[in-house]
Amino acid sequence: MTSALLQVTDLQTRFHTPEGIVHAVNGISFHINEGETVAIVGESGCGKSVSMMSLLKLIPTPPGEISSGTAIYRGTDLLQKSEREMEDIRGKDIAMIFQDPMTSLNPVLTLGRQLTESMREHLGFTKEQAEERAVQMLEQVGIPDARRRINEYPHQFSGGMRQRVMIAMALSCAPSLLIADEPTTALDVTIQAQIVELVARIRESLHMAIIWITHDLGVVAGMADRVIVMYAGFIVEEADVNDLYDSPGHPYTLALLAALPRIDRRRDHHLKSIAGSPPNLLVAPHGCPFAPRCEFVIEKCRQENPPLIQIEKNHSSACWVDVKTGAPR
Amino acid sequence: MGVELFPRPHNLKSFTTSRSALNRTRILLRKIAWALFTILFVIVLNFFIFRVLPGDPARAGIRDPRLKAEAIEMLRVRFGLDKPVINCFESLNPVKLGSCNVNPLDTQFFIYVRNLLQGELGISYHTNRPVAEVLGERLWNTILLIGAGQILSIFIGVVFGVFAAWKARTSIDRAAVISSLVAWSLPTFWLGIILLFWGSKFGLPLAGKATPGASTYPLLQQWGDIARHMFLPTLTYTIIFMAEYTLIMRSSLMDVLSEDYILTAKAKGLSTFQILKDHALKNAMLPLVTVIAINLGFTVGGAVQIESVFSWPGLGLAIFEAVARRDFPILQGAFLLLAISVIFANLLADLTYTYLDPRVQTE
Repeated sequence: MTSALLQVTDLQTRFHTPEGIVHAVNGISFHINEGETVAIVGESGCGKSVSMMSLLKLIPTPPGEISSGTAIYRGTDLLQKSEREMEDIRGKDIAMIFQDPMTSLNPVLTLGRQLTESMREHLGFTKEQAEERAVQMLEQVGIPDARRRINEYPHQFSGGMRQRVMIAMALSCAPSLLIADEPTTALDVTIQAQIVELVARIRESLHMAIIWITHDLGVVAGMADRVIVMYAGFIVEEADVNDLYDSPGHPYTLALLAALPRIDRRRDHHLKSIAGSPPNLLVAPHGCPFAPRCEFVIEKCRQENPPLIQIEKNHSSACWVDVKTGAPR
Repeated sequence: MGVELFPRPHNLKSFTTSRSALNRTRILLRKIAWALFTILFVIVLNFFIFRVLPGDPARAGIRDPRLKAEAIEMLRVRFGLDKPVINCFESLNPVKLGSCNVNPLDTQFFIYVRNLLQGELGISYHTNRPVAEVLGERLWNTILLIGAGQILSIFIGVVFGVFAAWKARTSIDRAAVISSLVAWSLPTFWLGIILLFWGSKFGLPLAGKATPGASTYPLLQQWGDIARHMFLPTLTYTIIFMAEYTLIMRSSLMDVLSEDYILTAKAKGLSTFQILKDHALKNAMLPLVTVIAINLGFTVGGAVQIESVFSWPGLGLAIFEAVARRDFPILQGAFLLLAISVIFANLLADLTYTYLDPRVQTE
């Protein structure tokens, strides 16, 4: 994978809390190519956000600790960089947007102020240049009357509009990688669709790679090239988006898809929930983390955690069982 | 361009803007109206509160048992104490019913209100000087002392608080918190006395505002003399209030630093210093503004302990002396001044809020 924009190997993030060590991310490896969109899927607390924030060193340390791993971005390891060097990368090469647009903007500063900051910092723009570009960016993300509204405050905007502003802010320095941390979760469904459409459109024009963190498999289907499924701090499956939907290779993915309402299913089809609850991350992982909830579980699962192995071309799964046949691999 | 499901007419927005400006004026006017109403209430309360107190003010002025009944009566007439307090009540303590047929304009209450409207606060029972004149002199001394103390404590408190929050959970932070808690819990008068002992070793003046006869010095030397007298009381005041500001600033800033928008700022590539300066401080100042405003309001009378310990001729000392002498006109005047300054400081805090927090303007 020499063409990878970002190659993450064996990333491990832990939190030292009074209750003990939380094993949030347990040695994950993945890559992302230039211009590619990768979705990271998993339930709350599975380490999606923490792993992405670790890449930008946005984890507060202490209590957090990135205990091992490398993240090679354009030839250099992000995890070895100093805070000062990271400041140059954040917002310029790798930008991030967050889940809740209602709280992610500073309530006492005008949008113009918040939009121009990173351009003045990273691109050396003057105030006027930055404002000019900020207006363009706002128009591009679909905010009418941008020139005037740039002097307004966040509370004068709706949630959907604020998320558009966040996107404009993140894209203002034309980053090569955008990390979107559940950007549609806090929005209602029609607005979600608009935001997804907006990001998809901008992606074409900027040729930018996107890591889209979500637990919404519906969003994933429409926008990602590749999907990474995470569970309890591990990557359990990785596949091209169509392969994942056509032939899921991990029992957890299978269960997630069974829990998803689909328009092409019969109306009397019942959605399935996954029995049990996610593992306690305070306990050091032992065996397959999904074993207690798994329909396919065999004895080996409780003894040894399966590694992520290739099962087909561009399709890897971490399971001791072939879910198609139910037989051990 | 994203699909605009419900495009809004453009003039609608400008309409809402002018409406919010109108809203702001209306809110401001309402706040001022409430402030005036509160002052009116204080004026009425202020009158009755001192007439419920036990003790005969006419006797308090001259504590000589040989004072003749005629002389006491003369004093009563002189201060208008011979008149009924208000219709139907001869006096309020003990509640004694009186004639309801007196001319309402010839009662103590209406004379008090009429005088107030003319800017007349009455005559001190003790010194026979107009209250307005006495309080006027004292007010400036208090403002000088408390002003210096407030400015110093706000400045140092904010700096310490920011530093402690920035270095949160380090030994610097812990030292700042513990010393602030200790300083905040010190009784003001006790700290004053300790500092008095300490200051006396360095030949600092122990009482008053100026050395007797200092008014004959050249101006610069006079100021130097006042500054030397101010040193200890200002230090006492600063230590106590600085601690309060440090603690509030620290906790407020730590709250703000855990907000989502701080993470956003960090993800933009801003440095810790930029985040503190541009994104955190303005938000973190909001709670502090309230506390400063309340403290400023109480400034006028709040220095009773410090002024008594250091015999600083300010309002606090005037209040202390007036209580001892049952000098009601002075107390009435001082309380009115106190109430007005508290109300005014609160109004000022409200106005500062609309400047600091744009959300307040439209709500």
